[in-house]
Amino acid sequence: MKKERNSKLGYAKNGWLYKEKTAGYIFSAPFIFGFLFFVIVPVATSLYYAFCNYNILKPARWVGLKNFIDIFQDPTFYKALGVTLKFAFISVPLKLVFALIVALILLKGTKLTPFYRAAYYLPSILGSSVAVAILWKRMFAVDGLVNKLLGIQFAWLGSTTAALWVIILLAVWQFGSSMLIFLSAMKQIPPELYEAARVDGAGGIYSFFRITLPLLTPTIFFNLVMQLINGFMVFAQGQIITDGKPMNSTLFYVLYMYQQSFEYSKVGYAAAMGWILLVLVALFTGLLFKTKKYWVYE
Amino acid sequence: MRAKKRISRIAYHTIVLAVGFVMIYPLLWMVMSSFKESSTIFHTAGQLLPTQPTLENYANGWKGFSHTTFATFFKNTFFVAAMGTVGSIVSSLLVAYGLSRLRFRLRGLLFALVLLTMMLPGQILMIPQYLWYNQLGWINTYSPLIAEFYFATQGFFVYLLMNFMDGIPKDLDEAAKIDGCSYYSIFSRIILPLSTPAIATVAIFSFMNRWNDYMGPLLYLKRTEKYTISLALKLFCDQTSSSDYGALFAMSTLSLLPIFLIFVTMQKYLTQGVVTSGLKG
Repeated sequence: MKKERNSKLGYAKNGWLYKEKTAGYIFSAPFIFGFLFFVIVPVATSLYYAFCNYNILKPARWVGLKNFIDIFQDPTFYKALGVTLKFAFISVPLKLVFALIVALILLKGTKLTPFYRAAYYLPSILGSSVAVAILWKRMFAVDGLVNKLLGIQFAWLGSTTAALWVIILLAVWQFGSSMLIFLSAMKQIPPELYEAARVDGAGGIYSFFRITLPLLTPTIFFNLVMQLINGFMVFAQGQIITDGKPMNSTLFYVLYMYQQSFEYSKVGYAAAMGWILLVLVALFTGLLFKTKKYWVYE
Repeated sequence: MRAKKRISRIAYHTIVLAVGFVMIYPLLWMVMSSFKESSTIFHTAGQLLPTQPTLENYANGWKGFSHTTFATFFKNTFFVAAMGTVGSIVSSLLVAYGLSRLRFRLRGLLFALVLLTMMLPGQILMIPQYLWYNQLGWINTYSPLIAEFYFATQGFFVYLLMNFMDGIPKDLDEAAKIDGCSYYSIFSRIILPLSTPAIATVAIFSFMNRWNDYMGPLLYLKRTEKYTISLALKLFCDQTSSSDYGALFAMSTLSLLPIFLIFVTMQKYLTQGVVTSGLKG
């Protein structure tokens, strides 16, 4: 309605509603409210509960630093932290290396390249679904596909060393989206650079390490940061495939937090764990940004 | 020389094709197994194609559990995904336009906060949001799964749309302004129609993310008739005691079908989203 009147009469632009800054706040209003209502308020309440003994049913009771002291004395907490770090620091680099190699291979355009790209990308699209997690669980069951193809009888998900690797494999399998990002970054590298290198007598490997890789470092950095943060947050796959078993060898941090909160009703404890995770992720991201100047080419 | 080149080309295609086949083999195996007779799935696991294809698993699986069929689960998931997607599109468009085109004092701060929500994973907000929604009485309703998306809390989408709008020439705005357009009509008559490719990307990613969401339904939906497909599958998996894998695979396959159709028909937009802002599938 407003815009009709405005465009017909043309005077309304002078009204306060039509000032640039008013319009700016009106358009941003959803985010301003959303950020307050769905981020700030919950985060602030959880900060309060982190210092309380609270189980949802009974009113919260202030206990000071007790939750944090308990957490730092809880061996399972360190176990979960270790499992999560191991998962993130193995799966993310592996995933990025695979993505890079496959992107290099698919860079050479042939008629079939779009089809190949789609096939390699498909697992990333479907991989975060519950269906695939269930499939993975069945594939690595004792009577599952993997044992059948290898001709062995091994309880992958019952082994304290192998179970985590099964979940790492699921993460690495989804390298497709990183591959697409690398592919598009590689295509933006000016071909003259390679030509000049060839004229100077450089081979393919030399130009990869001296041209392609350095120019990809900003893209690699961005991927590394986002994927590591996501790696720390692994939850659904872990909960569905192994649920932390065997002997907590796949007990991811977020899964442990979920258990504390919703299975043992220690909500205050879980809220404190959430804060510790937030601080760890923030510290870690900050640290990564600090290393940027040593290896990221800009 | 030419023969050598040809051999290397054949070798290239063979290797790329073989690795690609290994990559999608698990998915193929699931789809094919869903057409095998349930009791034969595991002892014929080494063989891909079913000898006697059957639809029995689909009929058995569709019946669901606790007197609720998969028709209900699909309907619920579709509702949640569609509602969330509409919210994400509308709210992210408004905010992206404000931050991309208009100058006002808090603009810089708001943009920084958008980037912050991009980096802040939902899992960190799991407990805080649960407590908050619990106080609002939202447990066992769809509100926790839908409401926040009407408030542009998905930083990625805002960022993607902003990037896209930054690429629309400013001259168009200026010309419209001279013709008497307000900022609101510039948005609805110029920016909105020109942003359709980016809107398609947001729609696709939002729908897929909502469709696949597991943690939200796990936390907030308590009654079977409200379950979404991901939660239903997990429960179905826990309940089918070692016997009916056929039904499980059949329902898993069906749950992936919408995503697969999007993948096949909308690949251009998917790639765009991944490449321009690192949205993950």
